[in-house]
Amino acid sequence: MNFELLFQLLLNGLIVGTLYGVVAMCFVLIYKSTQIVNFAQGEFLLIGAWVCYAFLVEMQMPFWLGFLFTLLFMMAFGVVLQMVVLRPMIGEPIISVIMVTIGLSIFFQAATKWIFGATTATYPQVFETRSVNLLGMQIETAYIMSFVISLFIMAGFYWFFKYSKLGLAMRATAFDQQVAQSLGISVKTVFAMSWAISALVSGVAGIVIGMVNGVSSALSVIGIKVFPAVILGGLDSIVGAIVGGVIIGLLENTAEFVDGQYLHWGNLFSIAPFYVLIIILCIKPYGLFGTKDIERI
Amino acid sequence: MAGFSLRPCGDFRTTYRQDTRIFDTTYIRNAAILGIFAVAMIPFVLDGYYVNLFIQISYFAIAALGLNILVGFTGQISLGHAAFFGFGAFASAWINNTTGIPVLLSIPLAGLMTAAVGMLFGLPAARIKGLYLAIATLAAQFILEDFFARAEWFTGGSYGAAANPINVFGYEIYDDFSFFYVALFFLVVMYLLGTNLMRTRDGRAFVAVRDHYLSAEIMGINLTKYRLMSFAISSFYAGVGGAMYGHYLGFVSAEGFTILLSIQFLGMIIIGGLGSVKGTLMGTVFMVLLPEVMESGVSALSIFEWASSTAVTDGLAYIKEMAIGLAIILFLIFEPDGLAHRWQQIRAYWKLYPFSY
Repeated sequence: MNFELLFQLLLNGLIVGTLYGVVAMCFVLIYKSTQIVNFAQGEFLLIGAWVCYAFLVEMQMPFWLGFLFTLLFMMAFGVVLQMVVLRPMIGEPIISVIMVTIGLSIFFQAATKWIFGATTATYPQVFETRSVNLLGMQIETAYIMSFVISLFIMAGFYWFFKYSKLGLAMRATAFDQQVAQSLGISVKTVFAMSWAISALVSGVAGIVIGMVNGVSSALSVIGIKVFPAVILGGLDSIVGAIVGGVIIGLLENTAEFVDGQYLHWGNLFSIAPFYVLIIILCIKPYGLFGTKDIERI
Repeated sequence: MAGFSLRPCGDFRTTYRQDTRIFDTTYIRNAAILGIFAVAMIPFVLDGYYVNLFIQISYFAIAALGLNILVGFTGQISLGHAAFFGFGAFASAWINNTTGIPVLLSIPLAGLMTAAVGMLFGLPAARIKGLYLAIATLAAQFILEDFFARAEWFTGGSYGAAANPINVFGYEIYDDFSFFYVALFFLVVMYLLGTNLMRTRDGRAFVAVRDHYLSAEIMGINLTKYRLMSFAISSFYAGVGGAMYGHYLGFVSAEGFTILLSIQFLGMIIIGGLGSVKGTLMGTVFMVLLPEVMESGVSALSIFEWASSTAVTDGLAYIKEMAIGLAIILFLIFEPDGLAHRWQQIRAYWKLYPFSY
């Protein structure tokens, strides 16, 4: 048994898992506050990464400025998307809502391929050193940065929902829309804001992953990987999303290890989360932390 | 779903038999039969391009009808229909290649095999519904895609599988002209079966499960049984459609059955109209013709400089994909009941013209 490789893979899993957790958190945020399942979450990452690339490489901006502009763009993008496409969908059956976000997903995926090309692009080097030595292992600087940023975003979410006024309004809306509205909370603003925040944070995640792996349409796969994570954690639990993301990240890399060392099937790491997903849905459909629906006639 | 009848005032139905007729009036029935004959004339009148388009429409329409039975009539969402379509294609080729059963028989057998697989992946549907089911079927899509790439004994792995042409009583069907009639035959049979299914007890049970599953259960409808049955029937249709696809192309490769095709199937039934057999056909026609129309549209616009630039000609594949996404979004926002509903409205408009009271 190759412990060094296993340890390296588990560390990778933890880092990738926190990123999954961040994206899953964005997904849950939208689901919790607007009851919309966003199949286009992966495309948010894609758009964020490509827009930042356009600012940095094609307009030659310094990193901090391009990054800032990308954040602004993603925020506006989220608001506009909610207002134009998702607002007419309020009150429609779930199949329509799902299909609209799926439609958005293929639209944006094709659009980014058309505009930016189907090949992988890389950001200009941000860090001086490519990798650092930590506990006897080589770790890429970008990985450490992504881990730190993920933790930072999670802390930010915690603060936002616990202490800020808008965060409280969003929690109130998620709890009961009518009550929230009668207390003077603008549900429209809350809906728009949750899409804006989700797009913004996903965009950041996209940039981070783009720095590590390069920007290409493969980024949108993360949007699919989010489903095992959120189902595992519970569809309406933010803590569950983070836990689920980390577990899926670890699981993927463990599957890679088992596959590479013993089974030699190939490709197991990308399919293992979906087997887990089916099993969870069969035995515990509401996940680890999700609330169980009780239906009445 | 949202359809209203165009019968004149005072024309009441007095028996249950009258109420469940497939065609509302004799005129509509005769028109439909004439329509089939008119379609059968296509290969004599139009050239091969249109015959090919019709064959495409027919195998997609069969699979899409299966999806509509599942989604539109039973209210279960499936994002993995393309995987079942693909499974049918491989299964038929495999049955024919290994056992030598004639193709015409192996197509329904492949449908049955696919139905079994569909029931396997429908098992979670016994407990979950709506969004959770959508995600479970999404997982089924990826698992089956992975299976296609892996199971070399069944699919030929990355090389793909060869599928023999259809053989009817010693007469081998290898060109579009004769395949057209096989496709038409299957299309009519499968659509008649689908329409009749909705008039039976089981079909009504599906609709009851869709409309309010708790009430349906209280009325004595076995939810698990009907949900599984719906998955089985839906997969059967997908399998038959897929098998036809395989034998038409003569070759099945694992790359064709991605999530994008699943989404296209869903797009067909949404654009056509959920819960409408006629709408399914309309939606399929729309979805198959959309890229073709766009392609000819772009070449017609090439007199302008911007349309003949490399950005447009190289990106045509992406533009087509964007159009599919956009069509789904626009239909959901502006015409959620689909083309079938729009068709009803147009008919009502002309029937009542000029006094649309």
